[in-house]
Formats: sequence, C-alpha cells, structure tokens
Amino acid sequence: MLIAVASLTVLGLALGSLLGLAARYLAVEENPLEAELQALLPGSQCGQCGFVGCAQAAAALARNEAAPTLCPPGGRAVAEAIAARLGIKIDLAAVRDDGPQLAFVAEDICTGCCRCSKVCPTDAIIGAAKQIHNVIREACTGCGACVDRCPTEAMGMVPVPVTLPHWIWPRPATV
Amino acid sequence: MRLIERFFKEPRWGVHPDDHKRPAADVPLRMLPQPARVHMPLQQHVGGAARPVVLVGQKVLKGQLLAQSQGNISAPIHASVSGTVTAIAEVTAPHPSGLGFAAITIESDFADRWIDTDPVADPFALAPEEIARRTAAAGVVGLGGATFPAAVKFVLGRRLGVRTLIVNGGECEPYVSSDDRIMRDFPEQVVDGARIIMHAIGADESLVGIEDNKPEAIAAMTKAAAAFPEVKIRPVPARYPMGSDKQLIQTLTGKEVPADARAAEVGVLVHNVSTCAAVHKAIRLGQPLVERIVTINGAAVTAPGNLFAPLGTLVDELLAFCGLAQAPARLILGGPMMGTLLRHGRVPLVKGASGILAFDAVEAAVPEVGPCIRCGSCTRACPMGLLPLEMAAHIRSGDLDGAVGYSLSDCISCGCCAYVCPSHIPLVQYFSHAKGELSARERAKLRTEAGKRLAEARLARLERDAREKAEVAARRKAERAAVKARVPAPQPQPQEAST
Repeated sequence: MLIAVASLTVLGLALGSLLGLAARYLAVEENPLEAELQALLPGSQCGQCGFVGCAQAAAALARNEAAPTLCPPGGRAVAEAIAARLGIKIDLAAVRDDGPQLAFVAEDICTGCCRCSKVCPTDAIIGAAKQIHNVIREACTGCGACVDRCPTEAMGMVPVPVTLPHWIWPRPATV
Repeated sequence: MRLIERFFKEPRWGVHPDDHKRPAADVPLRMLPQPARVHMPLQQHVGGAARPVVLVGQKVLKGQLLAQSQGNISAPIHASVSGTVTAIAEVTAPHPSGLGFAAITIESDFADRWIDTDPVADPFALAPEEIARRTAAAGVVGLGGATFPAAVKFVLGRRLGVRTLIVNGGECEPYVSSDDRIMRDFPEQVVDGARIIMHAIGADESLVGIEDNKPEAIAAMTKAAAAFPEVKIRPVPARYPMGSDKQLIQTLTGKEVPADARAAEVGVLVHNVSTCAAVHKAIRLGQPLVERIVTINGAAVTAPGNLFAPLGTLVDELLAFCGLAQAPARLILGGPMMGTLLRHGRVPLVKGASGILAFDAVEAAVPEVGPCIRCGSCTRACPMGLLPLEMAAHIRSGDLDGAVGYSLSDCISCGCCAYVCPSHIPLVQYFSHAKGELSARERAKLRTEAGKRLAEARLARLERDAREKAEVAARRKAERAAVKARVPAPQPQPQEAST
C-alpha cells in the first residue's frame, strides 16, 4: 500500500508541477476569441457601441459582457456573424439595419469648423479651416461618428446610391 | 442503328426551343436611315468605362474618338454619326434595373462624313502586336453579347500559345439572326477577319462552328473559305446553348474547359463571326466599330428583319422603322433566353446588342409558378452538369454558401433549366440574385478591409503627430535652458512655465 501511495503522490506532484510550469511558460497572452471577434467587427473605431474601439468591444463580447448586436454600423450582417461565432441565438429582426450608409455634407451650411474631419476614424472627410468640407465616398465606412459633432447640422447620412454594377436581381417571390 | 447514332451524336445537354428565326432571317438586310440623334454610352463593354475626350458643342466626324479606354480591360468609344456633341449626361441603360449610365449625345448633321481612316492593304505583313493595338483602338469587343474587348483576348491567346481559333457562328438564341445575316451577306469579311485574328494570335487553324439550322450561311461561308484551307467550316447540331463558348469548344474539339479556367488554357480561343467582321473592318478599312447588324423580331413587329444601324440609336427608333402592330407587352435586348429585359424603348443600341425583341401578350405570357416536384428535368438540361433544383432550394432558404457548394459559380445563366421546368420556377432569377448577393458580400468585405487599413493609418498618424509635437516641445525647452545657462538672467523668466 505504501508503494501505491508513494507512486501516486510522486506522479501527482510531477504532473502538477508540469502543469504549473506549462501554465507559466506557455500562457496565452489574450483570449484568442477576442482576436477572432475583432476581425469580424468593422474596425473603424467609431465608438458607437460605447467602447473606446473595436478591440475593447471584442474583449467585452468575449467575456459575454456585451450583446452581439452592439455594432450599429455593422448592422445585421455583423450581428449574425458574431452570434454564429459565439454560438448564441439572437433576434435579427430587432437589429436596426438601414443598409450601407454614407456621410454627406450640406455645402450651403458647412462653416468649415473642422470638427467632423477630426473625429472621422478613416480620414474620409477633407477640408481646411473655414473651407467647405466634403466626404471621400470610397473611404467613408458610414459609421456616423461625424454627424453629432457638426455644430450647424450640416452632416447627415444617406444610403449608398444603387448604381448599375451594384444592382442585384431581387429574389423571386416564394411559392 | 440510326437511334444509336443519334444518341452518340446529339449532345446530352441543352434544350431545343422553337427557333422563330424565320421569316426575319430571310428578309434582306436593310439600312436604317441616319438617326437625328445618337447616344453613345461610355460603358458598352466588360471592364472600365471609357473616359470622354470631347467637349459639349464640339463638331465630330463619323468614326472620331469620343472616349478613350481606361485601364487594362476597356474599350474606346467612337462617333457613329457626324455632327455636334450636345450633351455628356445620363441616359437609361439597357439593363433590367432601368438605372442610368453616362453617354455622349451627338446631334447628327446628316452629312455622314467619315474621319480620315488608315487602311492596311496587307494585314499579314503587320506584327501581331500591331494588329492587337489597332483592334483595341477601333473599340472592337465581343459582339456575341459578352462584349469582352477583343484585343485583350488576342494578347492572352498569343501568350498562352493558342493553336486553334474557333469562330462562333452558333447563334443558338431563338428569334435572333444577326450572325446568320452577316455570314450570308458578308462571308468574305468574316473569313478575312478570322484569318487576321489567326495571324494576331499565331493560330494555325480556325474552325467555324455554324448550327445546321442555317444552311444558307453554311453554303455562303463554305464558298468564301474555299480558297483558305486553314479556315474550316464545321456545321454543328442546332441545340441551345451551342453558341456558348464552352459547349461549342467541346462539340468542335472534344476538349472540356475546366471550371475557373479560360478557353485559352485548353489551347483554343473563341471569337464571334460578327467580331471577325468588325476586326476585318478595323484593320483592312481602318474603321472603328460604330455600326452593327441587329435583328428586330417578335410578334408585335410588323416587318421583322435585320437592320444595319449606327450604335447609339434609340431602340424606339429601330422599332418604329420596322413598324409596331401593337404596343409590345415585353421588350428584350438580345435573345429571349439570356437577353436583357428593357423597361422602355428609350435606351441606346449598344455594341453587344444582337437583337431587339418586341413580344406580344401571347409570347410574353408568364405561366404560374408551382412548387418543385423534384423531377430532375433541369439537371438533364443543364449544359454545365449542375443541379439547378438543389441550388435554387438553397438560395430560397437564404443559404447562399450552400448554393456555392453546388458550383453556382459554374452556372452560365443560359436558362435551359427554367425553360424545361414543368413548375415554371424562375430558376435563373434565383441564380442571378445569388450571384449578385455574393459579389456584394465580396465588395463589402473588401470595403471593411480598406476601412480597417485607413483606421490603422490614422492611428499611426495621430501617434506620430503627438510624438513629433512632444519632441519639438522638448527641443524648445532645451534650447531655452541652454540660453538661460549662457546668459545668467538677472531675474527669473515667468514665461518658462507656460511652454
């Protein structure tokens, strides 16, 4: 009996210390789930979810402290992708999705204060002080961070216009 | 014995719709009188839209360059009448959406004056690169409907060492007979164009595939090609979609083009008969592509037939010339199987338009859609060997990736499946919808990635700015400290704290 107790104790100690060492030297710096979730988010750091940026939002999602529907610019597509990754069911109908949007400047009331261009996460707004600002459509991610900053309400959001190469046949009515 | 022969000779794909080509195909070719105004769209081809090089108010001659090509895959646009440029604005595109696209409008002066052309007496003395350059400059694109710039295919064919040129005279679409007409009326142009293309790509033979429901075209082409043994006329069985390049290649050479590969990779290149005639004109006469033969057909047309018309003419004017017995119930640009639905006739004739069909109520009738009974007719008809019923079922339930798993990307949208479906399910619309959604997804993904890159660049910039500001501040402080150390100040500087 002594031999059995001793051998099990030795085995336990050896394996325990091995696990302890592994935990110390092979430790993962951050939750790998966070990186995966961050890749799903738009990455424009617009802050509309209430977190500082997409990395923080992904961390909160990984800790289950935020809902998959947190990203307004991502819309239904992003909410669906996050929910699928986390393996949770969400009510997609509740997610507001106005389709892809673009910022625009009402040129007659823009005063050239430069506040919008300072907050744009993708540098999509050009213009200098006391000059009319404008939006580079190709760079605008439609996050809407600029809209609230405008003191004259010259910034607004419009749906991305449908053009010939972007038009899609509607799905046939199902029987 | 005959049955066995039939079984082996007839392709085991496709459908055999009533071709409705006659009597329109037998009516002699007519010239459209000069239209008062033409609209030349900047995008009549696959690839980048052309960039205008004329100004509003400028006088132009027929054949003058209006817009030059932009990017590697693009084609220039030339004036189809002489006159004055009156606008560069949006016109309705020949597209089911009814959206607009940019076009150059020319008011005709009815003089029909050509620009000075640069004809070539002996194209076979030219370098192949020069032929490709001249073809590109003449704005020649695939006239069978694909509108891929012809010169790009020459360069590709030469690079991949293509030995066989296939000249596509299949024209399998019902109602349409513009290729038939060009082979009957201008067979020497087609044969000469084919020989020029062979020289451009370095091929040593060309096979002209003509469906056997066009005996007059086969006879005319055989006569025109008699002097050139390298141009072989090959009648092929009339079966839809024989005019699709993959099916024609397989029928003529027995080679199958793999999925996601181009025809040139199996050593053949396909050009339409009308494209060959356009290449002949571009090289021998130096004339850019500004006119084409278009079939006007359908039960709503009083005098159906083929017209030789300048590009940019409105569809309404073409229909008015042939006469309308009644208001058409449906207007189609191209053929009834793969053509484009038009919302109205105020759209310009484009390079890829082989036919304009004005259907009456009987022809345009849409049968009621029923549920799929899983009979499998569509799988037998599909020329690509796909399972249309499975793909449509996945798309119907929103599972686009499932449809991709059934090789949605190999679908050529020929419409055979929808044609044979006993439940009249609009299968092609499902596939078109799914292809559009998938490319939109792809675009959204690229956009997100671009947004991420921009956001990272901005953060890097902000960091750099902050660092530089701090460095400048530190340097100033150090300078000031040095000055202070050299000249002992009589009294302490109050400004120092404010830096």
